[in-house]
Amino acid sequence: MNDVIIRTEGLKKDYVLGAETVHAVRGVDLEIRRGEFVAVMGPSGSGKSTFMNMVGCLDTPTAGRYWLNGQLVSELTDDELARVRNKAIGFVFQTFNLLPRASALHNVELPLIYAGVGAKERRRRAEEKLQLVGLGDRMEHKPPEMSGGQRQRVAVARALVNEPALLLADEPTGNLDSTTSGEIMDQLAALNGEGQTILLVTHEHDIAEYAKRQVHLRDGVVEKDFLNQHAGAPA
Amino acid sequence: MLIYEIIMVAMTAIRANVLRAVLTTLGIIIGVAAVISVVAMGDGAQRRVQQQIQRMGTNVLTIRPGTGSFGGVRNFSQRLYVEDAEALKNESNGVLTVAPEASSGQQVTYSRYNAHFEILGTWPEYFQVYDHHLLVGRYFTEGELQGRRRVAVLGHNVMQDLGEIPPETMVGQTIQIRGLPFEVVGVLEEKGEAAFMRPDEEIFIPLSTAQYRVFGGRSRLSSIYVATPSPKELDQAYVEIDRIMRHRHKIRPGEDADFNIRNSADLLSTFNETNRTFTLLLGGIAGVSLLVGGIGIMNIMLVSVTERTREIGVRKALGATRGNILFQFMVESLSLCILGGLLGVAAGFGAASLITHLTTTQTFVAPAAVITALAFSAGVGLFFGIWPARRAASLDPIVALRYE
Repeated sequence: MNDVIIRTEGLKKDYVLGAETVHAVRGVDLEIRRGEFVAVMGPSGSGKSTFMNMVGCLDTPTAGRYWLNGQLVSELTDDELARVRNKAIGFVFQTFNLLPRASALHNVELPLIYAGVGAKERRRRAEEKLQLVGLGDRMEHKPPEMSGGQRQRVAVARALVNEPALLLADEPTGNLDSTTSGEIMDQLAALNGEGQTILLVTHEHDIAEYAKRQVHLRDGVVEKDFLNQHAGAPA
Repeated sequence: MLIYEIIMVAMTAIRANVLRAVLTTLGIIIGVAAVISVVAMGDGAQRRVQQQIQRMGTNVLTIRPGTGSFGGVRNFSQRLYVEDAEALKNESNGVLTVAPEASSGQQVTYSRYNAHFEILGTWPEYFQVYDHHLLVGRYFTEGELQGRRRVAVLGHNVMQDLGEIPPETMVGQTIQIRGLPFEVVGVLEEKGEAAFMRPDEEIFIPLSTAQYRVFGGRSRLSSIYVATPSPKELDQAYVEIDRIMRHRHKIRPGEDADFNIRNSADLLSTFNETNRTFTLLLGGIAGVSLLVGGIGIMNIMLVSVTERTREIGVRKALGATRGNILFQFMVESLSLCILGGLLGVAAGFGAASLITHLTTTQTFVAPAAVITALAFSAGVGLFFGIWPARRAASLDPIVALRYE
């Protein structure tokens, strides 16, 4: 069973907003295996963001259980979750979330700093990932000096630098034009081709088409879960 | 490793906005500079007085006329007489060295120069009590005292105001004090300032001469100095002097004396006490400015946390623990305060040396004051940094990442 990267059982999340309790996620059971490329889709209010936050270990469920890479993470403390995020998850955000004053290289090194990797090794690995995303000649540039596509590629390099079990891309093309979106999605598809497990959150159907499997959420539950006929069967 | 990295992150954040860092720490800078310079002035004054009192001799008791009361009426015109001094000398069996002093400012002329000097009428023992040494010539003698002779011993710097004649050449020369010719028999070595006196700028003549020929009439003594062989006998001498003086002035035991006996240690402790009070007071005010500086640091750190909410969110998402973030912001506020402390110490040194240059006040920057000020500003950094840092550390990464 160590081929299973994500397994959730009855995952629930309630929010208390004043006197009202909002049931954002009402019990999701999902299993994602190593090497899969899954797009989570759903309209706003479907509980997709809340679900993503729990899968990304940024939030803890109200009820239910969640195993990431064989580890039961739904019952960990904040600091333990930070360690899980650091080691097992690579994030790619819609708004890139790079440190604007730091160079591309330093941005990519960031997760390694918190992993306690030494300076030389850190630099070697960060350079390697920046070259992988085609930014070998832009390493000393700072985010404001780069285009949106380049920034997102720095973010991808940063997500990969700790060799995570799961790459979590939350609307990665939301701030990019269609050409650049295509480039980023090709990049993700290529990474998946090399065995990287990817969970993609999007509300755009053409972006979701890049994934091999689509999971549709509605009102906090899984509405549809199917394989993409274009992309082929999961690995 | 990680600690080093986080310190570097904090340093980079400070470097990113140097002007703001300096302005923020201005309160600390001023506070520390104030503490350093105020304490430096206090310590300087204390050192100076200690030196002076040591120069004056630590085995000397000073008797001055005090206030007496007669039938409930306070009488301020109490006197010391030559006979008092003589009694002290005779009744102590020669253990005590006694020197009475009558002094008065007089016009002194030499050749075509003239200046105003403090003329001290005293006994030859005076030079022994105050441990004076001769540069040239001799002291006046017991015989000259008895004969009311017009002889004078000059302080080292007297000739600076009388034509800048080299003091060595003055022996045998005649100067005029209040129009009367005096033969210079000796010149003293330079002594420097002693407590409340400037012996280098005084002229010493026999007491009898002063009283009967210069000052006019049987003028009163300003003080009687008594030296013991060593500081150990001071207490015993005090009791003895008190007994003799009370007997001579017919004061019953238990009644207030009409004279004061002081020793140099008393002077020192009185001075130190006053000085300490002032230093504490001013140091307290300076401390308040440090506190205000600390509040400034806290304010800017809170602003910094808000500004960098997004950054904190990113760091947390990428694996920074609460402790990592807390440490980062603590290092930042601590560095700001220590930076301010160091700049403040530098400014304090500057201010202290400026004070020494521009005024006659001596200053001394004690290492303890520097260490205390630095430690205090570090403490301010820790204390006022903890709240902003905790706020940063407890940010929810989801909220922080969405923060615009």
